[in-house]
Parts: sequence; structure tokens; C-alpha cells
Amino acid sequence: MIGVELSKLFRRPRTWLTLVLLDALPTVVAILLATTHLGPRPGQGPAFLSAVLTNGSLFAVAALAIVLPLFLPIAVAVVAGETVAGEAQSGTLRYLLIRPIGRTKLLVAKLISVFSFVMAAVVLVAGTGFVVGRLLLGHQPLSAAVSSVSGSQLTPAQIAFRTLLAVGYVGVSMLGVAAMALFLSTLTDSAQSATLGALAFLIGSSLLLTLDAATSLQPYLPTRYWLSFVDLFRDPMLLRNVERGIGLQAVYVAILLGAAWANFVTKDIKS
Amino acid sequence: MIRTEGLTKRFRSVSAVSGLDLDVRAHDIYGFLGANGSGKTTTVRMLLGLVLATSGSIEVLGHQMPKAASTVLPRVGALVEGPAFYGHLSGQANLAIFDASGPAGSRRTRSARIHEMLDTVGLSEIGRRPVKAYSLGMRQRLGLAAALVRAPELLILDEPTNGLDPQGIHEIRQLLLELNRLGTTIFLSSHLLAEVEQLCTRVGVIDRGRLVVQDSLANLQAPTGRTMLSTPEVATAMAILNGRVVSSDGPRLIVQGADPAELNALLVGHGVRVDELGPERRSLEQVVLELTAARSDHTERP
Repeated sequence: MIGVELSKLFRRPRTWLTLVLLDALPTVVAILLATTHLGPRPGQGPAFLSAVLTNGSLFAVAALAIVLPLFLPIAVAVVAGETVAGEAQSGTLRYLLIRPIGRTKLLVAKLISVFSFVMAAVVLVAGTGFVVGRLLLGHQPLSAAVSSVSGSQLTPAQIAFRTLLAVGYVGVSMLGVAAMALFLSTLTDSAQSATLGALAFLIGSSLLLTLDAATSLQPYLPTRYWLSFVDLFRDPMLLRNVERGIGLQAVYVAILLGAAWANFVTKDIKS
Repeated sequence: MIRTEGLTKRFRSVSAVSGLDLDVRAHDIYGFLGANGSGKTTTVRMLLGLVLATSGSIEVLGHQMPKAASTVLPRVGALVEGPAFYGHLSGQANLAIFDASGPAGSRRTRSARIHEMLDTVGLSEIGRRPVKAYSLGMRQRLGLAAALVRAPELLILDEPTNGLDPQGIHEIRQLLLELNRLGTTIFLSSHLLAEVEQLCTRVGVIDRGRLVVQDSLANLQAPTGRTMLSTPEVATAMAILNGRVVSSDGPRLIVQGADPAELNALLVGHGVRVDELGPERRSLEQVVLELTAARSDHTERP
């Protein structure tokens, strides 16, 4: 069943189009940087973008930082919003359920396929970033040491390891949005509504983060710790916010999936 | 094969199905008749565990539904409210996906079974094209193929000939009869009286959520105890039959008495020519209309 869900996801042309578009933005940024050499000043613009002009290897992380605020969550919300509502919309949901596939099993398979998409997207963005960065930007040898955010030097092995951690962390950060879209996807028969609902959740969270009056809420907002992956490139690694971020996503995922499950297993399938 | 007791479904305050007692026996071709919105589809969905009943019990293939869905449904093939597929994939790929999704679809025999089924429903040549390029009738055939791919013991079909041309309807009817002959029980939900009349052995009629009749087609169409007569000499015949004529419609008369031979002798004895003579049988349409009309007289509130 899980294999079938994955093949459905990755045989869909739209999935690949989404992944290509997701990679297009960082690639465009890399091309612009390479042709103009006008990097943002340190501390401004997306994280790491000022550093990539000297070392292209860092563009893997910079690419993640570029797609993280909007592009990546939109892609995740589209795919996760599709899961159940898309099947309902096309009518295939009823045929899957009478095949029969247990409702819990179907939900788990959908969840795993969404998670696979998230990880594939993040890895692909980081990979594309690395390749594009090596090709177009900062032609330092791979063995060169890199300055950490704290100013000390990191060996290439450390950078590689921390980039992998960052890839994992960004992936985990998307799970809250994915769970929200999946939950909404069990509520409605319209994939678009589920996607837009999840995006509203995301935009609401981002908005409240900028509001001083919402300070007391901020530790609980799903997007609060998204950019904490930057802390992985400090020396030594600053894990406090990363841990909080993972914990917070876990709580969102548990609550929303619980709600999705409770709703879906007792739902009358009328689509 | 299917037995429900007091099956009831309410959507909030609206009662879609109430107190339904269905009894579908092995080897039946059971016609489940009802107008649009009479509760047919809701019933089919409850039988398959898609919609959960408000009260009452459902037994399919001897097990309680929806509790035993995982043991019952692999032995059931169904078409619910039109077929549905992944439009960007071919018919063949769609059947493979559904087959691989659940239990009882052996991977080893999958492609052979799928090819055979596509062939049976007449799609062998277009099985490779994406489903979005299919016509309504082709989708309907593919849906039927999907229901049949694991040789089910029970077929639950909701409007299976929807969108088919007369030739297609004929082919599907032959296919269903053949499957039934080989032992498949068929539950056919339809609003097409003619379809049910030509295919089914037993009939259940649902009207506004209630079962108004459930009987064999032969019983429903049993002689009425009257004789149907057609003659070019209507006026003379009516004079001779003085008082026995129940109704007349042009050259056709409905006469009391279940013995056409006696009537024939009487008329011919008086020199009246007879075109046609026979015991009156009601069509399924008349039966259904009478039953549902009677109910609307009784149940409609001012």
C-alpha cells in the first residue's frame, strides 16, 4: 500500500513540476549572484547568502534558506492537501476504501508519502544548491575551511555533517504544515480548500511572529523555530532552539494527525 | 448474501433510508429499484462500509458490515455512483494500482487478470491510453473491469449501464448473465425499470428511503386474473361482454375473468373477430408506479 502511494505520488507529472519549480528559485538566485557578484551584506537577506560568494559549497544551505519561508511550505501544503481530498474529488477514495484498505492504513500511507515528498524536496533543493553553488559561485577547493556563523573555522567534513542535519531539520519543520494540510484534507472534498487552509495557518503564524503584542504566543507558533537551522552552523552548535523546534513540530503533528484520524475513520464517504 | 435488518441512515435531521430489510439470496440477480434520491446510493454505500448506518444491521456474505470489511470486501466487486480513475494514468495502470492497493490481488497473476478483464469488457485495444481520453462509456466499462478483476462472489453495481450505447448495454447485460450463470450473485441498483426487468430475478423497490416491495420478478408480474383482449369490433364486443369490461383503450379491452379460451369461444360464437387475447400481466413499471403512488397518498402530509 505504501509502495502504491509512493508510486502514485511520483508518477504524477505535477509532483515533478513542483520539485523543478522548487529548485528553480535558488538556481535563479545563484545565477544572479554569479553574474553580478552583488551578495547581500552579512546579516541581511536570506541566511548564508553573503557567504556563498566566497564558498559555493554553502549554497546548499543558502538554497534551503531561500525556499524555506514560502516556496517549500506551499509545495508541501499542495501535496498534503491533495492526499485525501484529491482522492475524494476524483472519486477514487471510495474505490480505495472498498478495495478494501483500512482507513487508518490509508491515512498512514498518505502520511508516509507526504513525508517522503518533503524529504525528497529538501534533499533535492540542498543537492541542487550544492551543485549550482560549486558550478557558479565561490570556486574554493572542496577541502577549504569555512567560517562558521560564530566566526571560527569549520572543516569541510563538519560543514557536510551540519548540512545534513540542516536538511533533516528543515524537513521536520515542514511536518506541522503537512499535518495541518492532511487534517484539512480529511475534512473537505476539495484539495484546493485544504491547501489554502494550511497556507492560511502558515501565514497566520508568520504574521503573529512579527507582532510584539503576540510575544506570549510566539513560542507555540509552528513557524517560530524554522530559521533555527542557522544555529547548526554556529561553533559550537547551538541546539536549544533546534530541539524546541523539533518538539513543537512533534506536538503539532501528534494533535493534527489525531484529529485527522478521528475525523476520517468515522466519516461518511459521500464523494 | 446480503441481509439487512432495520437499516436506517439519517443525515442530521433528514432520513435517507429507514427500516430497510433487504434479503438478497445466493445466485440472485437482485434489482434494487428506486427513483433518483430515493436512498439507493446511500444503501449501496452502507453495504460497502463507506457510509456508516445510524441504526440497524448489515450482513454481507455472512459477516457483519462494516466490522468485517477486511474479510468481506475482498470477495465483493463494486461500482458505486460511476467509475473513478486517475486520469493521467492508462486504464491498465489504473487497474494495477487498485489491485495492488488491497488484499487478495496476487501480484503474480495481476497482469494476466487485468488483460483478461480488459478484453472481456472490450477495452483491450485502448487499455494503454490515459483514462482522461476515455469516453463515458469506456470509463464505465473500465469500472466494470475493475470490479471484476478478482473474480468476486458478489457484485454490487450502481447504475452499471450509465452512459453506454445500446450495443454496450446489450454486451454488459450478456456479460452479467454469463457471470451469474457461473455463480456470481449480482446486486444491481438502478432507476431503469427496463434494465431490471430484462436482467433480474428478484426485485426490491425503494421509495423515499423505505422498501415498498421485495419479491421475485415472476411474482410481481403474475397474471392479474383479468384478460387482455384486442379486437377491431370494439362496440360489438363490449355489448356481448356486457358489464365484464373493466377498461378500454382503442381496440384494447381489459376484461374480468382469467380464462382467455372461454372468452375467445364466447366472442367467436357471436361472430366477433379477435386480434389478440391473453391473460393480463402487469409490467414492472405498473407495479412500481402503483406501489409508490399508493405510498404517496398515505404518507404525504398536508
